[in-house]
Amino acid sequence: MSDTTTNEQLGTSRVKRGLAEMLKGGVIMDVVTAEQARIAEDAGAVAVMALERVPADIRAQGGVARMSDPDLIDAIIAEVSIPVMAKARIGHFVEAQILQALKVDYIDESEVLSPADYVNHIDKWKFDVPFVCGATELGEALRRITEGAAMIRSKGEAGTGDVSEATKHIRTINSQIAALTTKSPDELYVAAKELQAPYELVAEVARLGRLPVVLFTAGGVATPADAALMMQLGADGVFVGSGIFKSGNPVARAAAIVKATTFYDDPEVLADVSRGLGEAIVGINVADLAAPHRLAQRGW
Amino acid sequence: MAGSTGTVGVLALQGDFREHLAVLSGLGASARPVRRAEELAQVSGLVIPGGESTVMDKLARTFGLAEPLKAAIASGLPVYGTCAGLIMLADRIANPIDGQQTLGGFDVTVRRNAFGSQTESFEVDLDVPEIGSPAVHAAFIRAPVIEQFGAAVAPLASLADGRVVAARQGNLLGTSFHPEMTGEQRFHELFLRIVAAA
Repeated sequence: MSDTTTNEQLGTSRVKRGLAEMLKGGVIMDVVTAEQARIAEDAGAVAVMALERVPADIRAQGGVARMSDPDLIDAIIAEVSIPVMAKARIGHFVEAQILQALKVDYIDESEVLSPADYVNHIDKWKFDVPFVCGATELGEALRRITEGAAMIRSKGEAGTGDVSEATKHIRTINSQIAALTTKSPDELYVAAKELQAPYELVAEVARLGRLPVVLFTAGGVATPADAALMMQLGADGVFVGSGIFKSGNPVARAAAIVKATTFYDDPEVLADVSRGLGEAIVGINVADLAAPHRLAQRGW
Repeated sequence: MAGSTGTVGVLALQGDFREHLAVLSGLGASARPVRRAEELAQVSGLVIPGGESTVMDKLARTFGLAEPLKAAIASGLPVYGTCAGLIMLADRIANPIDGQQTLGGFDVTVRRNAFGSQTESFEVDLDVPEIGSPAVHAAFIRAPVIEQFGAAVAPLASLADGRVVAARQGNLLGTSFHPEMTGEQRFHELFLRIVAAA
């Protein structure tokens, strides 16, 4: 036994990205009360996302959607021991400063809230708390990583219960990564230009064959089968927003989605956990949503 | 080394199990993920990765893995736990959630999230005499610490304030931090030596 030899370093990229690594194979659940946070932790959520309204209600009620009340976030942090995430509006770095002061474990700079800046995202390197950001394609993911995001989630179309956009986004990102791995070094310069992302980062993705950060999926996941679909398509884990607490039996559905995420490649387990869950979120077909109401199109 | 260790498993219910599989494979060991009791029966050692201990506990019990794991540990299976894995091995948790259980076997009391929220997560260099020079570069991510330990437990490393963050008890090895994330292979090498000698 002996003492440490150097000082501790806080807020490094490694510990920011590292927390996301620890969440892999897990389910992050949207919660709007401390009671829901308790249900989520008891069901096996790997983290909770604290917010005032789930996306389905933001859609239904309209209006400007903002960062949650600090009292709500405090209550949720006090209730559970798993990591607590919270959403800031795109570009709203002061909401992010407040969330860091509240000691949330991760900030989601999220298109589900109303954007505060239609040009710039938050400079995430300035914070000790890590950020997760949404992306619909590889270039968007790489721009967010360039700004300091330590975790990426494909966006899907939040609050719909329709998984088709989530499928499209994870497939798009992974096929773009696969395409990069086949390119020769001189072709990567043009790839970087087309992706609107820094060459060094594009070259790193081409070499690794994956993003340098964890990639979850989100937006429309409503059933254990949806979660397993995302995992089989190569996601590291899933966010479930409205799909749990807008369903008929949140306790059973939350636990079932957790099991399906771990045993995503075992159809017998998936069949078993899919039984007796009551009604899923009724949902909205994304095809029926007029373009201005598609949240995934926020962010650039 | 691979020939003498048989196949080493990594508990793959949740967490950073792929990183552990990569380190073990890189050291020449045969490594495989373990999610079921029949898979556990095929391994001669087990790594329990980082992740969320509350989630691993629930899944291990739900899918019938907890009891075979306890039996295997009691009969001497070498197990190395990092972070959440250390919590899973501990006999006692100072601050469990309601109903949280561990596999046990390691005569220690651990405190989960001992440093606070994620903004308190950190990297630091640790001297670990058992591992030798150079110092171990360690990443602590919402990490636990070992608050108390029994006479059979040998502490291996501590922070400047004295809190114990690595320990060994016979065939059980535990670290609060994540060697699998910092390119540090010496804890896995030590573990493979324990497996080979078991």
